[in-house]
Amino acid sequence: MNVLLGNLDLYGPFFLTTIKLFLIAGAASLVLGTFLAMLRVSPVPVFRAVGTIYVTLLRNTPLTLIFVFLVFAYPLLEILEINSFTAAAVALTIYTSAFICEVVRSGINTVPVGQAEAARALGLSFGQVLGQVVLPQAVRSVVPPLMSMLIALLKNTTIAAGFNVLEAGAVRAYLAERGENQFVGLLWVALGFVFLVLILSLLQRVLERRWRVAR
Amino acid sequence: MTSVLFDVPGPRARMRYRLMAVLGTVLVAAIIAYIVYRFTDTGQFSAQKWEWLEYVQVQVDLINAVGMTLKAFAVGAVAALIFGAVFASGRLSEHAWLRGVSTVIVEFFRAIPLLILMFLLFYGGPVIGISMPPFLAVVLGLTLYNGSVLAEVFRAGVQSLPSGQREAAYALGMRKTQVMFLVLIPQAIRAMLPTIISQLVVLLKDTALGFLVTYQELLYYARYIGSQGQFGRPIVPSTIVVTAIYIVLCLLLTALATYLERRQRRSKKHIEPARKTEELALEAEML
Repeated sequence: MNVLLGNLDLYGPFFLTTIKLFLIAGAASLVLGTFLAMLRVSPVPVFRAVGTIYVTLLRNTPLTLIFVFLVFAYPLLEILEINSFTAAAVALTIYTSAFICEVVRSGINTVPVGQAEAARALGLSFGQVLGQVVLPQAVRSVVPPLMSMLIALLKNTTIAAGFNVLEAGAVRAYLAERGENQFVGLLWVALGFVFLVLILSLLQRVLERRWRVAR
Repeated sequence: MTSVLFDVPGPRARMRYRLMAVLGTVLVAAIIAYIVYRFTDTGQFSAQKWEWLEYVQVQVDLINAVGMTLKAFAVGAVAALIFGAVFASGRLSEHAWLRGVSTVIVEFFRAIPLLILMFLLFYGGPVIGISMPPFLAVVLGLTLYNGSVLAEVFRAGVQSLPSGQREAAYALGMRKTQVMFLVLIPQAIRAMLPTIISQLVVLLKDTALGFLVTYQELLYYARYIGSQGQFGRPIVPSTIVVTAIYIVLCLLLTALATYLERRQRRSKKHIEPARKTEELALEAEML
């Protein structure tokens, strides 16, 4: 208990960084993932190919490798200088967006084609079909796996701790410097994550119940 | 040919798609050209940066590093499968206390980030008096985490079976253990095989986390080779090579999964799994 209370100046800001990283990467990957899903279902073969290659590449590389590339190899290319936090956010975004793309794509495919055909037969434009008919139905089946992705993203942010970002996983190094019990310190970090994951899981259950699909 | 978002294209739509195809190709070509330009401009494609691949010692070390990755993967995979089977049976048990304990353990290990688990084992172990070499920390962490996810997968598999299987087994007079291990679990494994293999792909990718607890696997070696001054610090070429190796390994495993799934679909013993299992596979894949 003392390890936690005596080091609140570590735990507080570091967990705040975790949450900040999670929110930024989460929002960005939702946008990028949806855009990639649009690419993958597009009728233009070039767009489909780009989307498929991107998703296949990123689903088969470890996230740590992407971090290594962005933190060590990317600066050598002299394109744009980014600090560690931005590099972590970018790495998490491009990794998570591949999975979100798959989730959104499968969500769009659960909508029966007849719905879209009927909407088009009624004369609705593309935007109206998308906004009024397809997306409301797709969202219902997309939300539970999407929340699981976001929970996994929250857990993945700890990898940033190995790459100079001062977030929850980095607490251990500072505790070791201060001579505290690392085992207990790490247990508190683990409990913090269990708590955060619990909040997200509750949110997932609430959304699932609200938008439950009657099949 | 209608899809959910796009109707069969008429002449104007076809013209539009052709235009977008041309624009898209030009855009993709421009981006690739820019990337290649940046690489060449900073000398990443110069022969000197790729010299390190010619050395036999480097090649041998690279193969050793792949071997270390595969070693951690193999041990972790077997242990995780066993852990998953044991705790899935625990969660499906009829004894409430066993169910409770199994649920708590599985949910706890699923909620902790894998890296924190490895840190707990590697740095926290010595504090409470257990010596923890990096290999053990990596394998134990992988086992506990992926074992918990696999326990959920096995449980979902058993619960997705038609209830008639279990009822018929009981009607034949089988005891609880016999029902589980002779009837339910074999079918569950066959039904969930693609998901299980996806989880094994995740296991393979997670061995890269060993890099952060000083386990000398493939990523560690890439970083090491990339910082060698005598080769001109070839960090970009080494990450490219290691990325290619990881992608090949993971694609091989995924190809195995697709092959097994296709074979299983044609087999007479096939049980159609519920939709939830595909979602489980996808969300399990993330980490």
